[in-house]
Amino acid sequence: MSRTWQFLTATRGGTRMDWTDWVSYSYLFLGVFLMFFPVVWLVLSSFKTEADLQRYPPTFLPYQQDTIMVEGYDAPLQLFLMTGGEFEGQVLAQIRRVGIQAQMVDPENPGERLRTGIDQREPVQRVALATENYTELFERFDFMRYFWNSTFITITATLIMLLVNAMAAFALSKYQFRGRTAVLLLVIGTLMIPQTVVLVPLFLIVTELGMFNSLWGVIIPGAATPTGVFLLRQYMITIPDEILDAARMDKASEWKIFWRIILPLSAPAIAVLAILAIMWRWNDFLWPLIVLTRTENFTLQLALNSFQGELQTDWSSLLAMTVLTLLPIAAVFMFLQKYIATGIASTGGK
Amino acid sequence: MASITLRSLRKSFGAADVIKGIDMEIAHGEFCVFVGPSGCGKSTLLRMISGLEPISDGEVMIDGHVVNAIPAADRGLAMVFQSYALYPHMTVRQNLSFGLENIQTPRAEIRRKVDEVATMLQIDPLLDRRPKDLSGGQRQRVAIGRAVVREPRVFLFDEPLSNLDAELRVDMRGEISALHKRLGNTMIYVTHDQVEAMTMADKIAVLRLGKLEQFGAPLDLYNRPANLFVAGFIGSPKMNFMTGKVHTADPSLLTLDTGEEVSIPVAGFRHTTGQPVTLGVRPQELQPDANGALHINVRAVEQLGSDSYLYGALADGTRLTVHNPGQTRVAAGEIVPLSANPASFHLFDTASGMALRK
Repeated sequence: MSRTWQFLTATRGGTRMDWTDWVSYSYLFLGVFLMFFPVVWLVLSSFKTEADLQRYPPTFLPYQQDTIMVEGYDAPLQLFLMTGGEFEGQVLAQIRRVGIQAQMVDPENPGERLRTGIDQREPVQRVALATENYTELFERFDFMRYFWNSTFITITATLIMLLVNAMAAFALSKYQFRGRTAVLLLVIGTLMIPQTVVLVPLFLIVTELGMFNSLWGVIIPGAATPTGVFLLRQYMITIPDEILDAARMDKASEWKIFWRIILPLSAPAIAVLAILAIMWRWNDFLWPLIVLTRTENFTLQLALNSFQGELQTDWSSLLAMTVLTLLPIAAVFMFLQKYIATGIASTGGK
Repeated sequence: MASITLRSLRKSFGAADVIKGIDMEIAHGEFCVFVGPSGCGKSTLLRMISGLEPISDGEVMIDGHVVNAIPAADRGLAMVFQSYALYPHMTVRQNLSFGLENIQTPRAEIRRKVDEVATMLQIDPLLDRRPKDLSGGQRQRVAIGRAVVREPRVFLFDEPLSNLDAELRVDMRGEISALHKRLGNTMIYVTHDQVEAMTMADKIAVLRLGKLEQFGAPLDLYNRPANLFVAGFIGSPKMNFMTGKVHTADPSLLTLDTGEEVSIPVAGFRHTTGQPVTLGVRPQELQPDANGALHINVRAVEQLGSDSYLYGALADGTRLTVHNPGQTRVAAGEIVPLSANPASFHLFDTASGMALRK
C-alpha cells in the first residue's frame, strides 16, 4: 500500500514538485478523467430509478424521493418540503399534479386537501441505490440465458481460434514449402478487406451450412484471424530451429513438437492473443446480430440492443445490463493485462 | 556396430553447391572429426548424416543400409548442437527424459537411465533446474546427457565447445574423449578448431568448399599432408610456404623466388627439373644458423619463456614463422640466417597445390 502511494506521489528528483511534475500530473489526471468518468457515470446511473434518469438537470449521485403511506390513499405518496406560500416549512405529500398546480395533503391531517403551486416546494430526497434495476434483469428478462450464450461463444471461439491460429502460425514460421510467402501474404492481405464487405457472402455460406440462428454460426467464421496468425508467427520465428531439430532427433513427432515445444514456448504470445480474442468475441455485435435472430440465442450485446426500442427505451434496465456486460471483460483485463505488456514487448525479438 | 559410409554425397541449395561429392568410410567406434574453415560445409554434411538436411544426391549408409529415406528420428543417432538447443521450458530431468518418453520407455526405466547418465556427467544436483539457471558448461553437459541417455548408435557433435571459454573447452574436450572411450560408440564431431581435431580424433576429415581435402589419422595428416590447404590448416603455428622453381639442371636444388638456393632430398619427391614448386617447412624445423641459406628480416619476436617465436619475412616479402625452443636473443629488425632439416621438407606443385611426396 505504501509502495502504491509512493508510486502515485513520485516527483522528479524525488523532492519538491517540479513544473514538469505539474504538467505530467495534470495530463495524467485529464486522462483518468476522460477514460474513467464515463464509466463512473454509467455505473452510478445504473442505480438510478427511471424517474431519476429523466430528471433535468441530471444529478451525479442516484437520488430517490421519500414517500409515505397516507390513510385513505392506496399508493405511497411523494413527500415535498414547502419553500414558499402559506404552508412554508411544512412537509406535505403530493396527491396529484395538474399543470403548475399540485394537490397536496398533510400526512398529519389526511382529511384535508391543500392546493399549492409547484414552484413553492422541493422534493424531499436522499441518496439511494435503485437495486431493483438489477433484480428486475433476472426476474423480467432471461439474463442468465444471454450471459450463457455470450460466455459459450467467447470461450469456445477463443479456444478454437487459438488452436487454429497457432497451427497455421507454426506451419508458416517453421516449415519450408513452396508458396509459403504467397500464403502468408494472402493471410495478411485479408486484413485489408473490411468485414462489412464479406458480410453477405459469409452470411450465405453460414446459411448454406445450416448454422443460421445457431451459436456455431457465430463461432466458426471467426475461427481464423489474420491478426492472430501473424502475431503468433512473428513470435514463433524467434524460437530457434535447433530446438526443433533437437526434438526431432529425440524422436518427437511433428504434432508432439507442436504441443510440447512450440505451444509452451509461445505462451506469452498466446496469452496476448487469448485476451484480444476474448475481448473481440465478447464485444462482437454486428455478426451475431445478423446470424442470431431468435431471442433465446441472443448474446448480451444483442439483448442490450433490444432494450432500445423505436418508441421508448428502458434506460434503467439498459444501464444495469451494460454494467453487468462490462464486468467480465474488465475482470479478464485486470488479471491478464500484465501479459499483454510482456507479450507485446517480447514478440519483437529477444 | 555402427559404421557410416558416404557415397558421392552432394547437396545444393538452389544453384549453389555446398557439398560437392564426398566419399568417406567411418568404421565402428571411430571418433571422426570434420574440420575446415567456416563455410566449408562441415555442419551441412553432419546434418545430412543426421537426416535433418535432405540429401540432393549420393548415399548415406549406416551399417551398410542406405538411410537417405529414413527420417532423422529413426536413424538411431543423437546430436549435440552448437547452441545446446535445450528445451528452455523443461527442467534438466525433463530435458533428459523427453527422448525416452517419445519411444515409450517405462517410467521407472526412464528414471533409472536419467539418474545414471546424470551421475556419470555430474549433473545430478541440477536435475530440477531449468536451462536458464545453468552455466554454459553445465548446459553443455546436459546437452551431452540428452544425447547419451538415448543410447544411440552414433553421436553427432556440431561445434559443441565453441560457446565455452578457453579453459572450460579444454576440460570438456577431455571429457568428451573420455566419454568416447567409455561408451565406445562411433562419434562424428564437427569443429573449425584444428587443435580440437588433433587432440580428440581417431580420424580427421579436412573439408574445404564442400570437398574432402584429406581423410586420415591426425598424425598422418600432419606428417603427410596431401596438399597445400591441409598442410596449412593442420598444425599450429601454420606451416611456412616458400615458392620457387626446381633447378633446370639439378633436381636436388631448389631456387626460391628470392634467388636463394635450398637443397632438397631427391628420393622422397616426384618433381621434375624446372617445375614451379612450393616448399613447406614447419616453424619448429627452422632454426637460426650462421651458415643458413635463408635470410629473414625479423619483424616481431614473441617470448613465451619456454618457447619463442620469430615472425619475419624473406627478401621478397614471403612471411615466415620460426619456433625456437627456449628463449632467444634475436631482436626485431635483425636479419637472421636460417637453416632447416631437409628431411622435414614438404614439397607441393605450385599450380595444383598437390603434394609431390612419393
